[in-house]
Amino acid sequence: MKRISVYAVIAVIVSLGIAACGSSSSSSSSGNAEFQVPKVPIANTIGKGEGQLNIVNWVGYAEDGSTDKKVNWVGPFEQQTGCKVNSKVAATSDEMVTLMRTGNYDGVSASGNASVRLIAGGDVRPIDTKILTNWPQIDPLVKYKPYNSVNGQMYGAPHGFGANMLAYNTKAITPAPTSWSVIYDPANKGKVTIYDDPITIADAAVYLAATQPSLGIKDPYELDQKQFDASVALLKKQRPLIGQFWGDVTKQQQGFAQGDLNVGSIWQYTANLLTADKQPIATTLPTEGATGWSDTWMLSTKAKHPNCMLEWMNYIQTPKVQAQVAEWFGEAPANLKACQYTQDTSFCKTYHSGDRAYFDKVKFWATPTKNCRDGRGNICVDYSQWVQAWTDIKG
Amino acid sequence: MPVSGGTKWILRIGSAITLAFLYFPLVVIGIYAFNTTRVQTWPPASLSTRWFSDAFHNTGVRDALWTSVRVGLAATALALILGTLAAYALARYDFFGKESVSFLIVLPIALPGIVTGMALNATFTQILHVSLAVWTIVVAHVTFCIVVIFNNVVARLRRTPASFEEAGADLGAVPRRTFVDITFPQMRSALIAGALLAFALSFDEVIVTTFTAGSTETLPIWILSNLQRPNQLPVVNVVAVCVVVLSIIPVYIAQRLSNDPVTAVGTVTDIPAGPGN
Amino acid sequence: MSARPATAPEKRPARGHPLAGLFWRIRGLRVGSLLAAPLGWLGVVYLGSLVVLLIASFWTLNEFSGLIVKGFSLDNYKTIITEPVYRRIVLRTVSLAALVTITDIVLAFPIAFYMARVAGTRSKGLLVVGVLMPLWASYLVKVYSWRTMLSTDGVINWLLDPFGLHVPTSGYIRVWIVMAYLWLPYMILPLYAGLERIPNSLLDASGDLGARPWRTFRAVVLPLALPAIAAGSIFTFSLTLGDYITPQLVSNTQFIGNVVYANVGVANNLPLASAFATVPILIMLIYLFIVRRLGAFEAL
Repeated sequence: MKRISVYAVIAVIVSLGIAACGSSSSSSSSGNAEFQVPKVPIANTIGKGEGQLNIVNWVGYAEDGSTDKKVNWVGPFEQQTGCKVNSKVAATSDEMVTLMRTGNYDGVSASGNASVRLIAGGDVRPIDTKILTNWPQIDPLVKYKPYNSVNGQMYGAPHGFGANMLAYNTKAITPAPTSWSVIYDPANKGKVTIYDDPITIADAAVYLAATQPSLGIKDPYELDQKQFDASVALLKKQRPLIGQFWGDVTKQQQGFAQGDLNVGSIWQYTANLLTADKQPIATTLPTEGATGWSDTWMLSTKAKHPNCMLEWMNYIQTPKVQAQVAEWFGEAPANLKACQYTQDTSFCKTYHSGDRAYFDKVKFWATPTKNCRDGRGNICVDYSQWVQAWTDIKG
Repeated sequence: MPVSGGTKWILRIGSAITLAFLYFPLVVIGIYAFNTTRVQTWPPASLSTRWFSDAFHNTGVRDALWTSVRVGLAATALALILGTLAAYALARYDFFGKESVSFLIVLPIALPGIVTGMALNATFTQILHVSLAVWTIVVAHVTFCIVVIFNNVVARLRRTPASFEEAGADLGAVPRRTFVDITFPQMRSALIAGALLAFALSFDEVIVTTFTAGSTETLPIWILSNLQRPNQLPVVNVVAVCVVVLSIIPVYIAQRLSNDPVTAVGTVTDIPAGPGN
Repeated sequence: MSARPATAPEKRPARGHPLAGLFWRIRGLRVGSLLAAPLGWLGVVYLGSLVVLLIASFWTLNEFSGLIVKGFSLDNYKTIITEPVYRRIVLRTVSLAALVTITDIVLAFPIAFYMARVAGTRSKGLLVVGVLMPLWASYLVKVYSWRTMLSTDGVINWLLDPFGLHVPTSGYIRVWIVMAYLWLPYMILPLYAGLERIPNSLLDASGDLGARPWRTFRAVVLPLALPAIAAGSIFTFSLTLGDYITPQLVSNTQFIGNVVYANVGVANNLPLASAFATVPILIMLIYLFIVRRLGAFEAL
């Protein structure tokens, strides 16, 4: 009897193994690096709401009053549509892609280094812009970009954009810095903070583009091997200076407040929270430029509550809500009409809403691919190498 | 063993240091639960109880708490059955492969949680294509709770001789009757102690749960996601303090039960004074 | 002695389950039916999942979309073996696990010995409760509390400043302190149980044979406590080997757990993470074999 049960167990394990090996690949692996977009049904109507909505989003994008009683746009949405919102905060784009692939979420606020992977993987659906009620008012700067559209077909509703700023403790770092060189300065050993994500290699590339023009870096996400190695070397040189690789905002916030950190890259959102707590912090966009993010709300192919998600996309793009969202996080709103509703009347000017010259200077997050997409051919370093290099950099 | 007075004092001091080490961070959490601001500087600028009311009104934590309790109860119940069966087999019988079986039972708790979590996640999502829900969490928790029950029961069964059960069989009791009337009362306190430990393990487990929960939130997952939200840190402290304080009760019960006199070997309290003795 | 008539009406003896005889005759049937459910569960659910993990380590990722390609490739293993950073991380983690284990043994012994052999019954009970209570505090909150305590403006610096000392900045040391703290109860409890089981007669006999207390301790107590130490060390070693939350919260240093998590939980590179996860599995299997010989499984 005992032997039989042992054989039975072995049989089950073997069949599991066969199932694992036998399953065919679910991806469309491409020979050339220009991806084939899987056929996925377009969303062109909004039906009745399903009563619930599960979204993955950046911190501060779906405020329901729990961070600050006065900051709440989820509540009115729930009242208007009857869709109860469950928000899952993700710290990095990689995490967002992973979460979306589980199929448990209806939508995501995807930055450029997540959106393309999601489109290529068939995880998000194209959106017919006629159902986006605020579409005419959306900033043309964020329409039909390579990271939220394919061949003139939009894959989501733009949310807003912003740059990764340089933050510094005004008491500890004087005079006020104007260059990213301060985070590579050995004088700040142990007090520097940078974003804990392989995409940070692009920040080093941005710095090198200005300080070592001989490398010829034009696009920090499409680096050939020489440019990539130089960026990685810079980060390895910087490694002893790092006090914290920040992944979650609370960690960075506590770091600055408790004196562990003095300078580093930050989202305006975190800086706003620190200022609200009377911490001596200021931000600036250095002369070399910066990386940034341009976010798009996307609808999951496996969404269980697609109508609620589409309602959310429309809601979040309305001018008043855009104004709230933009001022709370510290980013430029996608809906230009929001500028009339911000509490700070010069808000849109400060955050360069609709400013083409500024927009083109910020290097928005994108997924590095082998195909350099600028005529150099397939010699660029793809993202999986970035991930491995990041492990190496952290040591 | 005669321990000299001096050694006794050294031991007392050593124990006090260890206990202080164990409780110091808990005291700090307790203090921060009353902190006024979000930011945790030391010493805290001022104290207030506002976070307690915030925690009480927070529906997220209430749902997460309830989910954790449900998962814990289900996992403990299943682990009780499976662990007891295995313990009975290993304590009362000798058979080929006995060592390997005890090895297999220990494995889920001996291998790092991230390995168990990843393995189960890969099976659920890549092979079985089921979506993660409460039941997948329960499956994961049962797997490492079995060993906790198993240890307690096997230790108890080893201390209680099989002669009682054989005597029962000699007297005509069928196996089920033997179990209900003889084995179970002797094991009962071990089962309860094991169940409490298993529940505690399941209640606080976060690593394996992260991989098998999907969008469900148990209390540790709620804590993890709220540690990322700036304003929730004090609420989390409050929740932690409450859990510790409330848990004094089950821990105390478990401790009393493991000294249950019924199960001590060789006691005569249970031999009824019968006719003809 | 004359037989006495029954004073109460006797119940009819139970007929017995029809299969009872069968179970009695075939021993294997009894053991088999007892073990079927637990072994089935562990074998299918647990071992099966581990096999799936092993198989996943041979898969790869599509370069562009990042989706999993279920083929067969040794790329992941090549990466872990050839890139020096992975070797460094494994060595770092294993050395930390050993360090934490030794630290916890040293910290646990006084209190375990006191509880087992010196304390009165009342204090013993209270001490056990006292050691168990911290286990009920949320692991996450404890780690976060340490993070706050170890920060530049935290309480530990506040205490050390008057002496001119400072909280260590090395991530390795910080993780060592926090992990030694977290797993301490897991070492105290088995050690206490093991020390309690040592019969007094052995210790008396040792004294009778002329050994002074310290010799008795070294020659009798320690060897007998070894299974318990080994049992406790399973927890401290294994928990240190796979933890990714603590290193992430209190340091910038990477350990095995971080790398595995960064690849699977974040970068969605399940194949590479699985390949790297086979390393702690192998290490723990070897460790389990060693401690089993020391009798740890009976002392858990």
